[in-house]
Amino acid sequence: MKSDVMTRTAVQAPMAAPAELLVEIRDLHVHFGTPRRQVQAVNGVDLTLARGEVLTILGESGSGKSVTLRSLMRLLPERKTRLTGSVRVDGQDVLAMSRRELSRFRGRTAAMIFQEPMLAFDPVFSVGDQIAETVCRHEGVSRREGLARALELFDRVRIPSAKRRLANYPHELSGGMSQRAMIALALSCRPKLLLADEPTTALDATVQIQILLLLRELQRELGMSVIFVTHDMGVANEISDRIAVMYAGRLVETGAVDTVIAQPRHPYTLGLMHSRASGELRGQRLSAIPGAPPDMSAPPPGCAFAPRCPHADATCTQALPGMSELGSGHRAACWRLGETAS
Amino acid sequence: MNVTPMVTSDPRDRGGKAQPLLRVKGLRKHFVIKRDLLGRPLSRVHAVDGIDFEVRKGETLGIVGESGCGKSTTARLLMHLLQPDGGEVIFDGDPVGTRGGLSLREMRRQMQMVFQNSYASLNPRMTIEESIAFGPQVHGVGRRESRQRARRLLDQVGLLPERFAQRYPHELSGGQRQRVNIARALALEPRLLILDEAVSALDKSVEAQVLNLLGDLKQEYGLTYLFISHDLNVVRYISDRVMVMYLGKVAEVGDSEALYRAPAHPYTRALMSAMPSLEPGRRTQTAPLAGDPPNPIDLPPGCRFCPRCPLAVDLCRASEPELAALPGGGHLSACHRAGEVQAEVSNPQPSVEESVR
Repeated sequence: MKSDVMTRTAVQAPMAAPAELLVEIRDLHVHFGTPRRQVQAVNGVDLTLARGEVLTILGESGSGKSVTLRSLMRLLPERKTRLTGSVRVDGQDVLAMSRRELSRFRGRTAAMIFQEPMLAFDPVFSVGDQIAETVCRHEGVSRREGLARALELFDRVRIPSAKRRLANYPHELSGGMSQRAMIALALSCRPKLLLADEPTTALDATVQIQILLLLRELQRELGMSVIFVTHDMGVANEISDRIAVMYAGRLVETGAVDTVIAQPRHPYTLGLMHSRASGELRGQRLSAIPGAPPDMSAPPPGCAFAPRCPHADATCTQALPGMSELGSGHRAACWRLGETAS
Repeated sequence: MNVTPMVTSDPRDRGGKAQPLLRVKGLRKHFVIKRDLLGRPLSRVHAVDGIDFEVRKGETLGIVGESGCGKSTTARLLMHLLQPDGGEVIFDGDPVGTRGGLSLREMRRQMQMVFQNSYASLNPRMTIEESIAFGPQVHGVGRRESRQRARRLLDQVGLLPERFAQRYPHELSGGQRQRVNIARALALEPRLLILDEAVSALDKSVEAQVLNLLGDLKQEYGLTYLFISHDLNVVRYISDRVMVMYLGKVAEVGDSEALYRAPAHPYTRALMSAMPSLEPGRRTQTAPLAGDPPNPIDLPPGCRFCPRCPLAVDLCRASEPELAALPGGGHLSACHRAGEVQAEVSNPQPSVEESVR
């Protein structure tokens, strides 16, 4: 799959053919308003995804990673959310869609899987019925055909004795099994884009790796594009081609997964790598990132990471750094990149 | 009192350094989930099914395992938050909760616990200072002295008392709340701290801060930790010894490095190769186990792990292996084929391979 790397770099170049891009997010801002407080969850994210590419958005809680993902399907509460910028998926302008267009788009062009599969299913219908219903609604086929597709999907996501399992209710499935069922549901209308919001975080270690391997295999077979949201660097390494690190509502570093993990350049990414506990560091202090992420109802001016950054100087607290190109698609938004080269 | 030359400066230390701080024998807890018409139990969850272990003075013992393995139930049984069905807990030579032994009240003074959910474990109507001072007051420390102790502890866990003492739990971040919980656990000056997934809900950058704090406090107060977690990297970092649990039983115990380098139970080995790879360019190629961990209701005869075990033989299905010492001592495994497992690991398994990208 060496050619994959080539497409990836081509995407970064300005002359990339637009047809190759499945997702194009430009200057996305998401603000949540309550009468008392405004939370600036996402503050100007630019992100593209090629067809067949797997991207991980890596970040901590409150970094805006899930909000960015949900904006792609407009799953945020309409009345409280202000979305600006542009989000295009498969040539369609998501932010301009009517309700009708949106319900055609969801499931068919883009589908999402969540951390909590039990919440994705209705507890009073069997999982088979729910998958069949989705297929019938979107493709106008009969219920029998819908059920046949559900069975095929259950086989595909490796649910043992699939036929019997279709009749199960969500609570009858174990954690890993219900996650597989949710993946089947998401794939039921052959989406071009799969959005995954921490789908393995709540799973046990031995089950997590099974689900990651399954997603990788399905992605390869179906040629889907995937955006995977996680806080776990190891999961990102297992699943993705490219990584985008988010901090305080902005992208701080993007690049091929190997590059970002082997040679991170943004001080936040570096801090994350160095603060990881491991066996080799036993008995030593961890070099933790001091402080805590900023309050997003009043984000600091300039670089949001500056108050916690060992390299920060006066510039950092005043002006926002733009993305700098570091070669072959690796980019970081930092004023002091000169100091972070290894 | 048994005065040996090894006696430490802690006046509460009774048996000397060689005596384990905590010794657990045959600890058992079954939850009945279904009864027949006469109230007789029909089916039960074998949450903790007879486990033996000890925690040495001044060490950190890590407990790892997946959901349903009984690690949290064990912690709750030790604190008597749950009533054990059987077994013995001996704290520094004194049996806990029996006539003539250590009373529960006295035991809780020496043993404290920090939970995963930092918010649920604090009273939302008490200020941070009140929460921390509450324990000492219950145990007869004066009001003013308890408050002073609370402020001193807040300072020690890295929260400025002037800024934080009067705040309520909802005004703090997750990391700050967990620091408060640690301060509260230390307010009674315990000797053993049980940390049940205490850093699991924290963001990675905050997790490292709290791990450092735990290291500092351990040195300062000469604490002993029982560190329960599902995160193998963190457990390896913090623990001197590690105990692996599976379906209510101990699968393996040993020195941290020895156990990670040469696991002697197929389950431990599977857990380790299930960790996502962090090496650039290397990805896991095959999952070590299929399916979910079974629930501990209907247990198979013989070894509990054998239905999922790649090495299972007839012996495993017929008889349950005892936790037995491996040659060299200190390393125990409950596997009939422990020796072969270890030998196989020393010729590394090709579970992680160069991926084609």
